[in-house]
Amino acid sequence: MQKPETKEALFGKTLSQLQEIVTAAGMPGYTAQQIADWLYKKEIGSISEMSNLSKAHRELLEEKYSLGLSEPVKVQTSVDGTKKYLYRSHMGKFIEAAYIPDSNRATLCVSSQVGCKMGCLFCMTGKQGFQGQLSAGEIVNQIKSLPERDQLTNIVYMGMGEPFDNLEGVMQSLEVLTAEWGFGMSPKRITVSTIGIIPAMKTFLENSNCHLAVSLHSPFEDERQKLMPIENVYALPEVLKTIREFPMGKQRRTSFEYIVFKGLNHSPRHAKELARILNGIRCRINLLYFHPIPDTPLEAPTEEEIMQFKEALEAKGLTTTIRKSRGQDIYAACGMLSTKEMQKK
Amino acid sequence: MRETFPIRVTENRIIAPNAWLLSFPRTFDFVAGQVIGISLNKSEVPRLYSIASGIQQNQTEILYTRKEEGLLTPPLSRCQKGDTVYITKPFGNFICKEEEAVWVATGTGIAPFASMAFSGQYKGKTLIQGARTPETMYFSGFFKEKMGSHYHPCCSRESTEGCFNGRVTDFLRQQTGIKTDIPYYLCGIAEMVVDVRDILISKGVPFSKINSEIFF
Repeated sequence: MQKPETKEALFGKTLSQLQEIVTAAGMPGYTAQQIADWLYKKEIGSISEMSNLSKAHRELLEEKYSLGLSEPVKVQTSVDGTKKYLYRSHMGKFIEAAYIPDSNRATLCVSSQVGCKMGCLFCMTGKQGFQGQLSAGEIVNQIKSLPERDQLTNIVYMGMGEPFDNLEGVMQSLEVLTAEWGFGMSPKRITVSTIGIIPAMKTFLENSNCHLAVSLHSPFEDERQKLMPIENVYALPEVLKTIREFPMGKQRRTSFEYIVFKGLNHSPRHAKELARILNGIRCRINLLYFHPIPDTPLEAPTEEEIMQFKEALEAKGLTTTIRKSRGQDIYAACGMLSTKEMQKK
Repeated sequence: MRETFPIRVTENRIIAPNAWLLSFPRTFDFVAGQVIGISLNKSEVPRLYSIASGIQQNQTEILYTRKEEGLLTPPLSRCQKGDTVYITKPFGNFICKEEEAVWVATGTGIAPFASMAFSGQYKGKTLIQGARTPETMYFSGFFKEKMGSHYHPCCSRESTEGCFNGRVTDFLRQQTGIKTDIPYYLCGIAEMVVDVRDILISKGVPFSKINSEIFF
């Protein structure tokens, strides 16, 4: 088994953090920018390859730091082209990233935590319990070490974990991805999804320009409470109030993720209530087919049921899309592959 | 961020190994089962804790364990009488309104049920409490006295008289004929909540009857 890395990783550090490191090591200030270039704009496999740094400085860095990049340990490929990559975290646990190519775009769904604390009824990751936070480097590594990185057009934080329960790691990773000294990606290509942890969501809205997605799944509080325990402390009306009050601007998008469960949350009553509670929010609803997980009392809807619900929402003026089910043959539901890998150990 | 209000600590006492009960005057009314945010500075984002005291008590009490890597609990555990902490108004919807219900908790997840029980809401309730050791079976004396045979302490690391020897999940798996038409309230770490929920569902309890509160 691969030994977990004990040295602190450079990958995932912000420019200001790199500046602190070089200052502490007595290196010239401009070295931080040089290191950032090596980390985020070039392809290297070790600190010793940072050839515009003096040998002494490279050795100094290597004493304390590792590069912090790690290749996926496993990949599964679906018949539809979706690939699920398994990465090993610094804790030796497994996390997943799903690469989803489509006709004119290629999206990577990244994880932000190992396991999850949120305990949503429909989620496989929750069954692992919570095992740890991913560092910013481990989040960005899922992108950097992706074999298809050059084809990537979009990144969504919708893999394992609740991003806003790892606010520090997620915000730092967004900085690395969007900063000019980093990957220089447009924030319009990045969506962070949350179940609605309000204080962290506010911090994200105020300090990032990336898109926001909120897991909704029912417009009724008592029903949502049974699906998502978070509803007990951060109730949906407060989540929506926070979004409604924040000046999102024209470029920034809010979407609501809505997993459709057979016979549970797709009635005309649900459509009517969704239209009521989302009134005044410029948004899109993404309907998702439920991918059944072991021991769940929930069932997948039929294609006809989800279509009917889409039409009902659109008739009420809500922009609605149906997300294609992808990678069903490779444990596509997030948490499935890593749970399987964990159970092997 | 929710508005916070300064309040003086009345008491901060150790009630079990690594577990504290923080007390301060009850300045806001609340419903048993609600949470409160606590921070040590006005500018910090408050961390949420379930209130552990009864709704009529003069003091509001918070049960917490010290997480060495945490930002709040190590300094909080050093707070003394007269120190100032910042609290939010109570909020949350983990509220048990039913006459008959089953409560399942592990660790400090017992806090909302302690609040309900101290508020006199224990009649008609069954409590399944999990802890590693008898010392960390918080408030067990009160529950034993008030709930009698409806109280089921489960001790996972030690075999003790009057305690089921095992986890709450083991206890529940062994139960036959559990009621499926009454509500269940679960509070604790996600792993326990998810496991207990799966067991209850496998025993025929509809998920619409299961209410969960998670720690995060």
